[in-house]
Amino acid sequence: MLSLQLNCESVRKVLAGFIDNEVRKAGFHRVVVGLSGGVDSSLSAYLAAEALGPANVWGILMPYRTSSPESAAHAAMVVQALGINSLTIEITPMVDAYFGIFPDADQVRRGNKMARERMTILFDHSARLGALVLGTSNKTELLLGYGTLHGDMASAVNPLGDLYKTQVRQLSRHLGVPAVIVEKHPSADLWEGQTDEAELGFTYEEVDKVLCLLVDQRYELSELIAECRFDEKFVRAVARKVQASQYKRRLPVIAKISSRTIDRDFRYARDWGR
Amino acid sequence: MRQFRVAVGQIAPTLGDLEKNLALHEKMSREAIAQSANLLIFPELSLTGYFLKDQVPSVALRSDAAALHLFRELSQRIAIMVGFVEEASSHRFYNASAYFEGGEIRHIHRKVYLPTYGIFDEARYLAAGDRIRAFDAALGRMAILICEDLWHPAAPAIAAWDRAEIMICPSASPGRGLGQTGPFQNASTWERTIRTCGDLLTSYVVYANRVGYEDGACFWGGSEVVAPSGETVAKARYLEEELLLADLDPGSLRRARVANPLLRDERLDLTAREIARILQARSTDGE
Repeated sequence: MLSLQLNCESVRKVLAGFIDNEVRKAGFHRVVVGLSGGVDSSLSAYLAAEALGPANVWGILMPYRTSSPESAAHAAMVVQALGINSLTIEITPMVDAYFGIFPDADQVRRGNKMARERMTILFDHSARLGALVLGTSNKTELLLGYGTLHGDMASAVNPLGDLYKTQVRQLSRHLGVPAVIVEKHPSADLWEGQTDEAELGFTYEEVDKVLCLLVDQRYELSELIAECRFDEKFVRAVARKVQASQYKRRLPVIAKISSRTIDRDFRYARDWGR
Repeated sequence: MRQFRVAVGQIAPTLGDLEKNLALHEKMSREAIAQSANLLIFPELSLTGYFLKDQVPSVALRSDAAALHLFRELSQRIAIMVGFVEEASSHRFYNASAYFEGGEIRHIHRKVYLPTYGIFDEARYLAAGDRIRAFDAALGRMAILICEDLWHPAAPAIAAWDRAEIMICPSASPGRGLGQTGPFQNASTWERTIRTCGDLLTSYVVYANRVGYEDGACFWGGSEVVAPSGETVAKARYLEEELLLADLDPGSLRRARVANPLLRDERLDLTAREIARILQARSTDGE
C-alpha cells in the first residue's frame, strides 16, 4: 500500500537527534544554513534550532538582483520566528563580475553559478563561524537530479535527504513553518516566474508517488504501468531522470590502479571512530 | 530458573572506539549493580558499534583478550552479556556475544544469520556461527540469539527445544520504513516478533536494542522484556539511552507452560523427519 504519510512527531525526534548527534560527533555545535525563503531550507532551520538551540544556528540569505523580494521576506520570517542568527550577503557583484566575461551565458549556466557562489559563501562561513553546513536537498530533488552539483546539493549534514517533497511539507506544517512558505509554489528563484513544477513538467504529488513505488517499494516500471495505471511516458521520464542523475549522488569516479581504492575496497563509515 | 532482576543497557556505543565503549559499559555495570540487578545485557556489538566495515579486524578481540578482563571482574558481582567482534584462531571474525558469570565466560554465541541485503553488509566482513545452543547459567537456562537470528523462526524454536527458559536477543536495529505508532516500521515488526516468540515458545525474551546514529542510520532503542505469556514486562523508551530493569519470575514461566503446554506437545521426531525429507528434495531439485 502506498503511503507517504509521516508519523511527524517521531520523524521530528529522529531528525533533531540526527542533527545533534552528527554535528557534535564531527566536533561542532553550530550549523550554517542557506535560507532561500522556501520550505526545504525553512524546515532544515526549524529542525536545527530545535536540535542545537537557536543561538547555534546561522541562517544566511544570499539574494541575487533578480531574486524575488518575497523570498527574502519569507526567509526573514523564519529568522524572526526561530530567533536564529542571520546574515545577508548579496551575490550580485560576484556573479555579474564573472558573467561580464561571458555575457552570452544561458539561464542554466547562470543558475548553476549562483548556486555554487552560495555554496562557497556557506563553506566560508563554516570556517568563519565554526559551523557545519546544513543541507536542504530533499529526496525528490536528489533522485531527479534537480539541483546543482557542488552547489545547493553540497552540505556536511543533510536532515531532509530521505524525505520526499510532499513529506517535507507535512513535517513543515507540523513544526509550525509559516503556511505562506509551505503552500507557495516551489521555485529555485533563478529567474522571474520560475517554478519547479513547470520546469519539471509534473507536480510533486504525482512524482512522489511514482518515486516511492519505484525506489522505496521496488516496483518494476512494467508494474507501475500495467498494474498501477500510471501514464507510461510520465513513468519512463521519471525513471530516466533518476538514472541519468546517478553521478550527482556519488563521489567522482576513480580509476582503479592499486589493491585498495577509496570507496571501492577501502570501506569505512563516515562516522569512523565517532 | 531463579527469581532475578535483569537490566538492559540501552546504550549508544562509539563506532570503533573500544576504550570509550569499555568505559561506557563499566559505568552502566556500576549502575546496574546499584539497582540490584543480577544480570546485565548489552546490545549487539556493544563494544565496537555496528557499521564497522573494514574496521572489523582492527577492533576484533580473542575471547581471552585483556580488554575483556573488566567483565570477568565485574561478573563476580553481576552476570554480564557483552557484544563484540570475536577473532578465532583461524582469523575468522564473528559477530559474537559473551555471557560472563562468576569471573569467567560461561557461553559465547556467534551470530548465525548474517544479514547481507539492503542496508546490511555483514557476510562481507564476518563469518557465520554454526550452532544454536541453550546453556545453563546460575540464573536459569538461557539461549542467545543475535538480532537477525530471531527472524529465522527455527532459531528460537531450536533454543526452546534445547530447554532455554530465557531467550536473550541483543540487537543493533537501524530504523527503516515509516512507522505508524513507533518511530519506524521495522520497530513494530520487531515488537510483534519478540512478543510472538515469548508467547509461542512460552519463554522469557529479553530484547536489547541500542540507540544512537551511525552515518545517518538511527538505532531506535525500545528494548523490551517479554514474559512467557507474550505480555510486555518492561519497555525502554525509543531513541534514548536507558538502563531498563525487569524482575523475572519462575512462577510466571511455570504458569505459562501449564496454561499452554506447547513445548510438551512438540513433535521433534516429526520435525526431524520432515526436515530430512525437505533437504533430500532440495538436493534433487536444486531449489
